[in-house]
Amino acid sequence: MNPLDEIAAGLVRAVELILALDPAVVEITARSLAIAITSTAIAAILTVPIGGLIHFHNFRGKRAVVNLIQTLYSLPTVTVGLVVFLLLSRSGPLGDLRLLFTPGGMVIGQTILISPIMIGLTIAALSGVGTQVRDTAISLGASRFQAIFTIMADARAAMMAAVLLGFGRALSEVGVAMMIGGNIRGYTRVLTTAIALETSRGDIEFSMALGIILISISLVVNLLINRVQGNWWS
Amino acid sequence: MIEARGVGATRGGAEILKGVSLKADLGEILAVIGPTGSGKTTLIRILNLIDRPDGGRILFDGIDVSHDEKARFSARRRMAMVFQKPTIFNASVEKNVSYGLRVRGISGSAAGDRTRSALREVGLFGYEKRWGTSLSGGEAQRVALARALVTDPELILLDEATANLDPRTAEKIEDLIQKMADGGRTVVMATHDLEQARRLADRIGVIIGGELVCMGLPEEIFERPRSEEVARFVRGRPGW
Repeated sequence: MNPLDEIAAGLVRAVELILALDPAVVEITARSLAIAITSTAIAAILTVPIGGLIHFHNFRGKRAVVNLIQTLYSLPTVTVGLVVFLLLSRSGPLGDLRLLFTPGGMVIGQTILISPIMIGLTIAALSGVGTQVRDTAISLGASRFQAIFTIMADARAAMMAAVLLGFGRALSEVGVAMMIGGNIRGYTRVLTTAIALETSRGDIEFSMALGIILISISLVVNLLINRVQGNWWS
Repeated sequence: MIEARGVGATRGGAEILKGVSLKADLGEILAVIGPTGSGKTTLIRILNLIDRPDGGRILFDGIDVSHDEKARFSARRRMAMVFQKPTIFNASVEKNVSYGLRVRGISGSAAGDRTRSALREVGLFGYEKRWGTSLSGGEAQRVALARALVTDPELILLDEATANLDPRTAEKIEDLIQKMADGGRTVVMATHDLEQARRLADRIGVIIGGELVCMGLPEEIFERPRSEEVARFVRGRPGW
C-alpha cells in the first residue's frame, strides 16, 4: 500500500471509529474536555480579576508587568510541565498533595500554562473599551465599582474570546499532559498524549480519529470566538 | 445650582482654563460659546465632576464639590451629561436608557415606565429592543439624551450635543433642550453654533483661549459686544 492509500484508509477507519462512538475514543475525548474545561474555568476565575486589577490600577512597574505577561504567552508547555513536576514530585514542596500523575495535577499545570495569555488578553480587551465608556458611566451616576463593571460588560466579547483561546491552548497542549499526567490509560490519557502514543505504536487509524476530533473541537472553538466577536462565518 | 469659582485646568503642561468663574441658576439655559479648542469641553467636564479642576472651586447647591469624593458622587447623581460624540453601551436601547436608573437601584416596572417615557420624549418610542451600537448618529444622540433625561436630573450638561447632526434632528434636540428648561431643569451647554446659543440661551458666556471673556444676555453678546475680541468672534470675522 502506498503512503497516500494508507492515509486514505486511515481516514476512513478514523471516521468509522468516531461514528461508531468507539468507547476508547469517547473516553479519551471526554477526559480531555473535562480537564481542559476545569483548567479554563479555574484560570478564568483567577485571571479575569487579575487582568482587571492590572488594567484599572496605575502602579509603578505596570508596563514591565504587562510585558512579562506577554512574554509568558509563548511559555513552552514542557517548561511548565517540568516546573509543575518538580513542585508535585514526592520530594517537592507540594509532594504531600500526591497530585503527580493525576488529572488534578494536569489541571494545575494547564491552569498555570494558560493563565498568562488569559490575563494578557483580558487587559487588552479592557483597554479596547476606551475611556469614553468610563466617563459616560460616571456621568450617568455610576460609582467607581459600577463603572468598572460597565467597562467589563462592554468588553465581554473580547474577554470571552480570551477564555476560549485559553481553552483551546489547554486542550491542545501536550507537554503538561505528558509530564504531569503520565499518559496512564483510563486515568490521565487525553487526546494529545494518546495521539503521540498511538502514532509511535503504529496505530495510525486510531491516532487520526483522535486527531480529527481534536481539530473539530478547535474548529468549534474558533467559530465560537468569531461568534462572540460578531464575525460569524467571516 | 452650579457655580465655578476661578477654575483653572492644565492638560499636558498647557493651561486650558484660566480662572473661569460662572454660575448657572435653576431653570436657566446657560450657553458657553467659543472657538474650537477654547476650553469649553474641559469646563463642561469639570462642571459634570468627571474631571477635577487644577485650581479654583466648584459649588453645587452651595456645597464645595471640588475634591471631596463623597460630595462629588452625590452631586453627580443629581446631574447628567450628553457628550458631543455619544458613547452607546454595547447593549439594547432599553438597557442604555435605563442605565442611570439601574445604577441607582431602580429596576422593574418603574424603570420600564420611565425608560419608555424618556424614549417617547426624544421620539424613539418603540426602539427599546434595538441594539444600541446599530443606531445612526442622530438616533444615538437622542438615545444619549433619553439616557440623561431618564433620571430626572436637576442639571443637564451638553457638550456640542447637536454638532454632528443634520439640521432636522438638531432642531428636535433644541426643542427638547427648551422643554427641559421649561420643566425647571438647569441646562449648561457648550456650543460653537452661535445661532443655536442665541436661540436657546437665557445667558451666554464667551470663552476664548481658556478665559471667560464676557457673560451676558444674548442680545448683549451679539448686539453690544463689550470687546473687539468678542465682536470678532460673534461676527464670525476671519481669525477664528
